[in-house]
Amino acid sequence: MNNRPIAMRDAFLDRICQTMAEDDRIFFVTADFGSPVLDRIRAQFPDRFANVGIAEQNLINVSSGLAIEGFKVFSYAIAPFITMRCYEQIRVNLALLSEVRPMNVTLVGVGAGYSYVVSGPTHQCYEDLTIMRALPNIAIYSPSDHVTTAALFDQCLENKGLKYLRLDAQVLPIVYDSAVPDLARGFNVHRSGNDVCFVATGYMLHTAMKVADELAASGINVGIIDLFDISRFDADKLQVALASYAGIVTMEEGFRGRGGIDSMMFEFIARRGMNTRMFNIGVEGGYRFELGTRIELHEQVGIGPQAVIASVTEFMRTLPTTAERSMSYSNN
Amino acid sequence: MLRQTTNDEYQGHPMISHELSSLPEKAKWVWRETLKVHRHAPETRIASSLSPIEIFVALYYGGILRFDPQNPREEQRDRCIISKGHGSICMYPILADLGFFPASELDRVCKAGGFLGGIPDPIIPGYETVNGSLGHGMGVGTGVALGLKVKKSDRSVFVVTGDGELHEGANWEAFMFASHHKLDNLHLIVDDNQISMLGQTNNIVSHSSLTARLQAFGWDCTEVDGHDVLAVREALLSMKAKSEGKPKALLARTKKGHGVPSLEGADLAHIMNPKPEWIDTVLEANNE
Repeated sequence: MNNRPIAMRDAFLDRICQTMAEDDRIFFVTADFGSPVLDRIRAQFPDRFANVGIAEQNLINVSSGLAIEGFKVFSYAIAPFITMRCYEQIRVNLALLSEVRPMNVTLVGVGAGYSYVVSGPTHQCYEDLTIMRALPNIAIYSPSDHVTTAALFDQCLENKGLKYLRLDAQVLPIVYDSAVPDLARGFNVHRSGNDVCFVATGYMLHTAMKVADELAASGINVGIIDLFDISRFDADKLQVALASYAGIVTMEEGFRGRGGIDSMMFEFIARRGMNTRMFNIGVEGGYRFELGTRIELHEQVGIGPQAVIASVTEFMRTLPTTAERSMSYSNN
Repeated sequence: MLRQTTNDEYQGHPMISHELSSLPEKAKWVWRETLKVHRHAPETRIASSLSPIEIFVALYYGGILRFDPQNPREEQRDRCIISKGHGSICMYPILADLGFFPASELDRVCKAGGFLGGIPDPIIPGYETVNGSLGHGMGVGTGVALGLKVKKSDRSVFVVTGDGELHEGANWEAFMFASHHKLDNLHLIVDDNQISMLGQTNNIVSHSSLTARLQAFGWDCTEVDGHDVLAVREALLSMKAKSEGKPKALLARTKKGHGVPSLEGADLAHIMNPKPEWIDTVLEANNE
């Protein structure tokens, strides 16, 4: 396996570039957003590369038109812009039209969460999971390293339909250095624990790992699940994976309580009648303008490692003990 | 009077063309049928569906578009993207007449069990895209035109918009893109009836020099009397024949509510529903 981490986008674009040579139905459209690998695509496949300029509405519309002509389209821009600047175009010309016309479009958004650290709230992205979840017909992928990202390429190419892939803009450490996670399952049990399990997505998987290590040093073993397929994970298997825990802690680099994976997991445990309690780690409050490192910014909004340790420790105090849980089972 | 021909010029693709002299009569027939649809489906937008009748008659009966009613998404068709959704109810009788679906569907417009709604959906045979939300057809049509070029197809794309929906900025993103990419297989037809929902477009946000604006965006742009069906056909024919590396636009000067007294040209024509008795009177006065 790869042992040197690279940018998620380069891992993904590299797979596109390789495959475009064999598959003349792949079309790449960007909204004036680049990368060194993109320069190769532009040079090698000028007929199947288009830069629409700073025009995300047209990015989606042109992608839609290409898709109904049978092209497998990859549309590429900064995450907040490719989701929110052109949401109506995504709704009408992708999600809605795909009910009637076969379409294969992958929206690749770079800059999940705070990954554009010093660019401020316009370029940071804390709402995309929420609004993309609101649309039917779109698969949402939120990988935590470049290995998963590269592996998701085949999934995006083969699966007809619409996909949104949210990528981190920074180079993140490799999580999957020995094996690619099971993509069909949509999540990966990173480690098992007692009492509490973290369900994290994207960058927050790394925070979850850091927090779990610190808790382990004080004798607390938590489970960690990497949820990288937000929309089509294997729900039965996820229920089994979470069944033994008294508490679940969701972790996302998005606004808390506004329809992200926190809301999704609340609905999940309620629908499935699971006997578990939940706590959510997500961005507290509104838009902020402070400068700092990513971790400093995270600590300010309640999602940094120290903030997470404090709130998780507090949450764990409120959980029923194992004995109490078995009592409540027998009372049922 | 009407004849159906297979034109070898189109590589065996069936194309319906009609005696030119019958086109005005066909336009009048569509006008009557559209009013009849509105009479029993008052939820439809009648005024904006009367202004583009000659445009659609020229496209579909004038030998401009290649299409196969039995196989509406067939690869060898020309793509006609109708962006002004609500204002294309006149397409219902046209598509039924051409055999895209049974004429009995016209009795079920806006009724449970039917598929012809107040705003046409892409489930209707003959409609390519979603059009209820305005300002989308141009951009999607541009992507289709680019795709056809890359596939080395010589098929054409026609996008029909209203003038009001050109207030949507996404159109202008597409205009820039289309001329930059020299998409001379792309044709825009503007049903320029100069009225949107709340009045004259020129009093809302001025459109007064649309031709000059499109030319400044690198488009080949001509104007025509949009209610002279033979002139529209002629303009479309010469437009389609041009391949000079420029996308092409036709501004069809039309009247909203065309031919219906009290509706034609009224500022609020878009949201006016003539009473059934008035439609009967108008139809009677315009009997064959």
